[in-house]
Amino acid sequence: MSTKEAAPWESPTSGESRSRSLTICRAQREAVDWEMANDNRVFMMGEDVAGFGGVFGTADGLGDKFGSDRVIDMPISETGWIGMAAGAAMEGMRPIIELAYVDFIGVCYNAIVNHAAKTHFMSGGQFKVPMVLISGTGAGYSNAAQHSQCLHATLAHMPGLKVVSPTNAYDAKGMMHTAIRDDNFVVFLVHKGASGVGFMGPLVKTSLSDVPQGDYTVPFGKIKVYKEGTDVTLAGVGLAVHQALESAESLAKMGISAEVVDIRSLVPLDREGIVDSVAKTGRLVVADEDYHSYGVSGEVIATVIERDASIFKAPPQRVCIPDVSIPFSRPLEYSILPLQERITSAALKTIENKS
Amino acid sequence: MSLPISIRRSMFETMVRSRFWDDRLTEQYWIDKTPVFAFGAGPLPGELHTSHGQEPVGSGVCAALRDEDMITTGHRPHHIAVARGVNLKEMSAELFGKKAGLSGGRGGHMHLYDKRVNFSSSGIIAEGLGPAAGMAFARKMQKKPGVALSFLGEGAVNQGAFHEVMNIVGLRKLPFICVIEDNKWAVTTHKSMSTACERNSDRAASYGMAGEFVEGNDPELIYLATQRALERARSGEGGTILEIETVRLSGHFMGDPAGYITGKKSDYQIDPLPVYRARLIDEGILTEKEASHIEKAVDAEVDEAIAFALEADYPDAEDALNCTFA
Repeated sequence: MSTKEAAPWESPTSGESRSRSLTICRAQREAVDWEMANDNRVFMMGEDVAGFGGVFGTADGLGDKFGSDRVIDMPISETGWIGMAAGAAMEGMRPIIELAYVDFIGVCYNAIVNHAAKTHFMSGGQFKVPMVLISGTGAGYSNAAQHSQCLHATLAHMPGLKVVSPTNAYDAKGMMHTAIRDDNFVVFLVHKGASGVGFMGPLVKTSLSDVPQGDYTVPFGKIKVYKEGTDVTLAGVGLAVHQALESAESLAKMGISAEVVDIRSLVPLDREGIVDSVAKTGRLVVADEDYHSYGVSGEVIATVIERDASIFKAPPQRVCIPDVSIPFSRPLEYSILPLQERITSAALKTIENKS
Repeated sequence: MSLPISIRRSMFETMVRSRFWDDRLTEQYWIDKTPVFAFGAGPLPGELHTSHGQEPVGSGVCAALRDEDMITTGHRPHHIAVARGVNLKEMSAELFGKKAGLSGGRGGHMHLYDKRVNFSSSGIIAEGLGPAAGMAFARKMQKKPGVALSFLGEGAVNQGAFHEVMNIVGLRKLPFICVIEDNKWAVTTHKSMSTACERNSDRAASYGMAGEFVEGNDPELIYLATQRALERARSGEGGTILEIETVRLSGHFMGDPAGYITGKKSDYQIDPLPVYRARLIDEGILTEKEASHIEKAVDAEVDEAIAFALEADYPDAEDALNCTFA
């Protein structure tokens, strides 16, 4: 076992079945650990994973535990080793690969979308590509335009890959088990600001959860309703879900009951679940830290309109990055993020439209 | 040095099979594509890159392989697929977009997959290298035998994927052979205009790999060089960059008049098939009668494959919606 010290938020554990409050990062890593221990087809590959444990701690201690033959450091050659992962998956392995920042997909997009994602289809099902790509997303810490993007729509747009983005530790562990056991290529995105990694400042409290010691799965394609409400649905992806939760508290003080929905699985997308929530509230705000145009926010709104446009009591609103590159300077950056104030104003706009 | 007669005959037969199949595909290709040329028209639609002239590479390399070895290749895959023993009927049906095709008509000519013989191809230049290296890596982890080979053109070597993957192959001593088919032309760009060194096999030194250049588009030299590379791979010595001089007798794709290939063509646009045929007869490996017999039998086999493809049903429209996910 890993000899790493327990993080301060981990309570000491004695029994197997006890759950502990964990961060997303630690919870998802437990699932990787369990799967590697129980399935010798599973291995991990990426940059700085074996000794360092991954830039965001996703492989913390796994190199010590499983050795450098199963937690494999690779050179800065992403199109090379992501292509290799696809080939290893075609030959019966189950690679978990880490691309630290999702912004880097530019250098390996071909291996992702033209190989890993298309091989099952183009081979008529002869070759499966069961692999998991872990990557960190998101802004809010002055890392500027090339290290702050979400880009989940850029991936979710392409057929042949599943895209999930859990926002709390319980989901992160269960969805990681699901991802590794899936026979398809799964992209597993976690917002750096919610993951609980040490250099991202205070923990986002709503991202922590009690996590059972043993293995369990959380299915893809199901929204999670964090908070039920009746007046407006605040649907979010990634860190924006936590901002929506704070917005819901502000709205509650104004007497407005907001339902907070975590989309959490972009492909497959729980279209029914989203429609059900909006059918109940009649109003929708989508909070998404990806770019405004051609993204998940538009997809979610279109999903509701295609089912039944009459559901809307007011025009739906989007709170996203307004189609600009993410700026470095704090006031500039904060002005464009989907933070709670913007979500609250958007929600109020849908309510005002009632009259 | 002298190869067994059975291998020499078999390599000739494989070259004939690839050539006759390409010839028959060419005939089919032009149906309904005149007077107005449209890639998408006719019974054999899409782009078509035939292998005329490159048959010795497929035949020579694949004759040296074992069943467990694995291949990825690129947009000009016919000679390698035929030599690897990809089912000719199902492959023909795939090219005609039929349900009985290897992938039920989802892939077509550039995207051929046959798991039974560990074969796949990709239309993206040089990007089959990563998957092939990953297959070699998987076998190493599984402690199973098998060498992975990736075929690419000399123009593809200038892609970043080549450098990235070769470095990892060298670093990890993977059982891997990078087969560069040097036909001198990357679409319309000559090797001298695209590549800083004369021989890409020389690049092997910078990746900790062995490098060999095989001259003459000769299936026997290709076979022997492949054997040496396989030995290195199987014994744990690591990978080889095998650059093979060959020739592209046709344009880049069907319909490319290749006007850019100038000069005295007879000096370098030499068809390897009659050359090898004459040599085997000359050296007493085949009689004229035996050679004709092989050609006749292969001709019938290819006819049968094309007829199978033409008669096969098209897929159901719903099949477009299947197979995206497992």
